[in-house]
Amino acid sequence: MVFATSGDIKVGIAEWKVAKSPSTLITLGLGSCVGITMYDPASRVGGLAHIMLPDSSQFQSHTNPGKYADLAIPMLLKEIIQQGGREANLVVKIAGGAQMFSAAGRQNSTLNVGARNIAATRETLKRLNIRIAAEDTGGSHGRTMILHLVSGEVLIRTVGAPLKAI
Amino acid sequence: MVTWDQLTLLHMDALREIGNIGAGNAATALAEMLHRKINMDVPKTGIMPFDDINRLVGSEEELVACIDFEVTGRAPGHILFLLDAPSAYAMVDMLMGQPAGTTTALDAMGISALQEVGNILTGSFLNAFAQVTGMGFASSVPAFAFDMLGAVLSTALVEGGFYADQVLVIETQFYEADIRLNGHFFLLPRTESLEIILRSLGMSV
Repeated sequence: MVFATSGDIKVGIAEWKVAKSPSTLITLGLGSCVGITMYDPASRVGGLAHIMLPDSSQFQSHTNPGKYADLAIPMLLKEIIQQGGREANLVVKIAGGAQMFSAAGRQNSTLNVGARNIAATRETLKRLNIRIAAEDTGGSHGRTMILHLVSGEVLIRTVGAPLKAI
Repeated sequence: MVTWDQLTLLHMDALREIGNIGAGNAATALAEMLHRKINMDVPKTGIMPFDDINRLVGSEEELVACIDFEVTGRAPGHILFLLDAPSAYAMVDMLMGQPAGTTTALDAMGISALQEVGNILTGSFLNAFAQVTGMGFASSVPAFAFDMLGAVLSTALVEGGFYADQVLVIETQFYEADIRLNGHFFLLPRTESLEIILRSLGMSV
């Protein structure tokens, strides 16, 4: 198991962060939330966002744009470009959007925030003309997402399974 | 509508007292069910960002069982009962009358037993809550998850409709010294319930 070390930059819920090689960006315990990594292999600049809700337009005030897929993803992209990344080079991967709870009445679509977060993430990336290179989404288990900026490798950690690259 | 930032220390004390009475009732029910002495901490009440709620229980990747109830009535909200994995296994052993250490994974029977514990704790908490406030409450069927703390807790909050940056939390820890049973019981009232709860206690808001 690889655990977060002091050299890792932790991205909390509803946050996004951008860093350069040799840092590592990590977000712990994605459930219905979705993690989005963007990486430019040429400049080795990359970023990670941890969104919790699909769409900001359903809310009157947005004190924290990092919460919403439709707001956080464009801001992450902008910050990467400001830090020297090139949009044409970006490799984008997504993970999360699980349905964590099982119960009668929990299966209907309005409660499945995970599926809606995945859909909104895809839609926002499509709107920005960004292709998704790889993903590990859906299901009913939590995920930790790690982006190594030295290599661009994206790793997914789950309970009771070996670390997996996507 | 009263919002979190308008709460005074007096209000927080009143909410902590609800936690105390409710959790005391729940701890008694748990002790009767397990035939063991169950201790509880003085409830913590606070308006917390998500990360702080995680920290009340453990680290984000810790394996936990979570039983989630929607509470309906005049002052709706959610109740969560969380157990770390060793406590969940220990509780299943106690409920099934098995020697400690028998359970090392959760099967359907184990999950059902934990949900039943959640039902009883939630029922006793809400009974006390109803008596103190003079209001009626009902709880949904339990939803269950067994996975990373961060994934479970954030999903419970988002699915429960707690979208704000901060959430009002009334939390109590239960523990049993001999076998290190460690459970966390949360009452999460909705923002719109706050004023109704405080008024029901005769407080001006």
